[in-house]
Amino acid sequence: MSPETYAQVSNLLIPTATVIYAIAMVSHAMEWALGRTAVAVKSEVQDQVLVASDGTPAAGGTTDGVESPAVENAGRTARMDAASRIGLLLTWLGFVLHLGGVVTRGLAAERVPWGNMYEFSITASLAVAIVYLVFVQRYKLQWLGLGVTLVVAAVLGLASLALYTPAGPLVPALHSYWLVIHVAAAAISGGAFTVGGLVSVLYLVKARAERKVLAGGAMSASLRRLPSAEAMDGTAYKVLAFAFPLWTFGVLVAGPIWAEYAWGRYWGWDPKEVWSLVTWVVYAAYLHARATAGWRGRRAAIIAIVGWFVFIFNFVGVNLLVSGLHSYAGV
Amino acid sequence: MTEIKERVATPEPPPELPALGLVGWLRWTWRQLTSMKTALVLLFLLALGAVPGSLIPQTGVDPIGVADFLEANPKLGPFYDKLGLFDVYKSAWFSAIYLLLFISLIGCVVPRLGVYLKAVRARPPQPPRNLHKLAAYETYDADSADGVLEAATRELKRRRYRVEQYDGAVAAERGYLREAGNLLFHFSLILALLGVAWGSLFGYRGTVLVVEGNGFSNSVAQYDDFTSGQAFTGDDDLPPFSLTVQNFAVKFQESGPQRGAAREFNAALTYQESPDGPEKSYDLRVNHPLKLDGSSVYLLGHGYAPKVTVKDGDGKVAFSGPAPFLPQDGNFSSFGVIKAPDARPLALGFEGFFLPTAVIDERGPRSVFPDDLDPALAMTAYYGRPQKETGKPESVYQLDKTKLTQFENGDDKLRFQLQPGDSFTLPDKAGSITFDGYSAWVKIQISHTPGTDVALGGIMLAILGLMGSLFVHPRRTWVRVRTQDGRTVVEIAGLDRGADRGVAGELRTLAKTLTSTTQEKP
Repeated sequence: MSPETYAQVSNLLIPTATVIYAIAMVSHAMEWALGRTAVAVKSEVQDQVLVASDGTPAAGGTTDGVESPAVENAGRTARMDAASRIGLLLTWLGFVLHLGGVVTRGLAAERVPWGNMYEFSITASLAVAIVYLVFVQRYKLQWLGLGVTLVVAAVLGLASLALYTPAGPLVPALHSYWLVIHVAAAAISGGAFTVGGLVSVLYLVKARAERKVLAGGAMSASLRRLPSAEAMDGTAYKVLAFAFPLWTFGVLVAGPIWAEYAWGRYWGWDPKEVWSLVTWVVYAAYLHARATAGWRGRRAAIIAIVGWFVFIFNFVGVNLLVSGLHSYAGV
Repeated sequence: MTEIKERVATPEPPPELPALGLVGWLRWTWRQLTSMKTALVLLFLLALGAVPGSLIPQTGVDPIGVADFLEANPKLGPFYDKLGLFDVYKSAWFSAIYLLLFISLIGCVVPRLGVYLKAVRARPPQPPRNLHKLAAYETYDADSADGVLEAATRELKRRRYRVEQYDGAVAAERGYLREAGNLLFHFSLILALLGVAWGSLFGYRGTVLVVEGNGFSNSVAQYDDFTSGQAFTGDDDLPPFSLTVQNFAVKFQESGPQRGAAREFNAALTYQESPDGPEKSYDLRVNHPLKLDGSSVYLLGHGYAPKVTVKDGDGKVAFSGPAPFLPQDGNFSSFGVIKAPDARPLALGFEGFFLPTAVIDERGPRSVFPDDLDPALAMTAYYGRPQKETGKPESVYQLDKTKLTQFENGDDKLRFQLQPGDSFTLPDKAGSITFDGYSAWVKIQISHTPGTDVALGGIMLAILGLMGSLFVHPRRTWVRVRTQDGRTVVEIAGLDRGADRGVAGELRTLAKTLTSTTQEKP
């Protein structure tokens, strides 16, 4: 196939994947909507299934306290499960198309598909999907489906509508194999930051609901389906602990080495470098906070969310608002 | 610092502060500074403090941006300047943040190194009295106590535990590398920062614009722009090489949506590492610097230098040669000046644009493509009384118009366009200008940053340590055999230090192994 054909295929696959992800998102949204109403049953936090880090029910939390009071509830749970499964299935389908779109884009441009902002968007969102799909079995992350499909569909939609740049060769500064290493590390850790940020958002929601329950309130069925706040805190930590060394490598090793080759200095306080460092510092603070009494839990989760926003700003804001040496957006 | 329990504890301030004395205050300050909360606050301050430097133009990165900002904001500008916001990363307050963080870091990790060195030699501790209260617990009745502890020791050692025998029990611990990784991370970070500091103290960086065919020899006076660290002493620290730009080639995308984007730059150099060394050649390209005796030569940019000959009113050549013009946009509409201060009877000056692919319409003269498809000069001219040489350095890119008058053409200012080969005669027999042709110029950066290997090595070690501190999970396990009501009871218990990492699963496997190796089949 010629590069033009590949480009056409890519331009067909990416919007299709976007639509499939959007449908997956609707399915997950239905899952949440079905469980929106608080169920007036005994719902102590302690009775929640405590999912341990490896996904098996942890000691002391083996019983599900929901005393299915009505057949209606059981039916609803079944429908929620179905919606969740359909959502995950569609996410897989969207992912396959998405992967195809990214690969054909690379073939069309005859290089790695992350040379401008459009390409980085489709690749980084692919990384989000990969991180989610890799961890979904291992850590039982189905509950993250809504957030992940929302983010991936939104990023892909935005990329297609606002950032699209036809496939083409690169400016000389990007002619380096460090492009492969540096950007891939940034994209994958960015994907993990996104997943970690989403988990942390849900952690805050769940932790709040748990506090309400302890004060005698009720918890909606959707939130009940989430793992315990503690388990989510653990999941966020694992994903971010995976991302942090990779980010360190991507922006503090690969980036400076390449900058030394391309621009003659390994660190020059370019806006992108500054925000990468800020991202790094925020996640370093997260790891420290998580291990400090008084900062564990809620505050650590807030830091993880701040880190995610900083990363997003680095990716979107710095590319579009600030000019610097990393201005390769092509829009 | 991921396991903070061991970090130097900050004592709660007493309700009524007793007289601490100087030493007491110092100790209190030190404890505050090295506490985790302070480290966290300093980390946030560092992140926050780095932000303005990315939003406000910086002297070191974009000096023109700073000048523009000062001009556009006559009130805010000087205020920003006072706060050091145009040079954030060298400002006193930013330095204060990272120095405090650095001290806090050292104050934290040095004592922890001592603690760790003791801990790493320590034997796994005695089993607690009530093993069943631990997070993970397994028990079974054994046929006899014989061989159980030996089998447990073997199995635990196989699982890479450090094992210690106690009376009727074995204690085991693993995951010592977590804290080692943690310490390695922080010490390596210090090493990396030392490498960076070394580079900024002893390094230098200079840029020079060289027109095709011209040369450069490495001395401070030859640079257009030169910065060096405080410990840099001058020409003695510069390797004595010289180079000549023989040729510069550039390719631009000629069609498609990215039309005009550069595809390839190549500056063909010849160079000598020392004045009497052999001449060598090198193709200088982006991403492919030339390494010379510890210094590196980079290709940073390029542009056009129109070659003109200016004759004065007396018919003598007052200027001849290439004048580098600076590109103003992506299509290389390049602005520049030509100075002929020695022209007589009137000194002459020219200012205008070199346009590689010229279009002149109602929007004025401009270039529509960066390559030289249809080059032209669009100029205006000035005259003035001959001035005495003052010796004051002047910009070669700007005319000092304070003592110059623009030529006029009727009611309008004089403007003229030249294609290569064209000449233009100035009014009043003041002289003429001929557009002989043009060459390319390249902007070359030469820099030397010592300590990069140290910085790189430090950060690589830091990542290694980081992985240890994030992915190694310390665990303690005990196996005890005791007799209770005539039965032989084997108890296995353990706990993960830090977050739960599935200790229960390992204990179940351990119990199975012990029963299968020491129990007779029922």
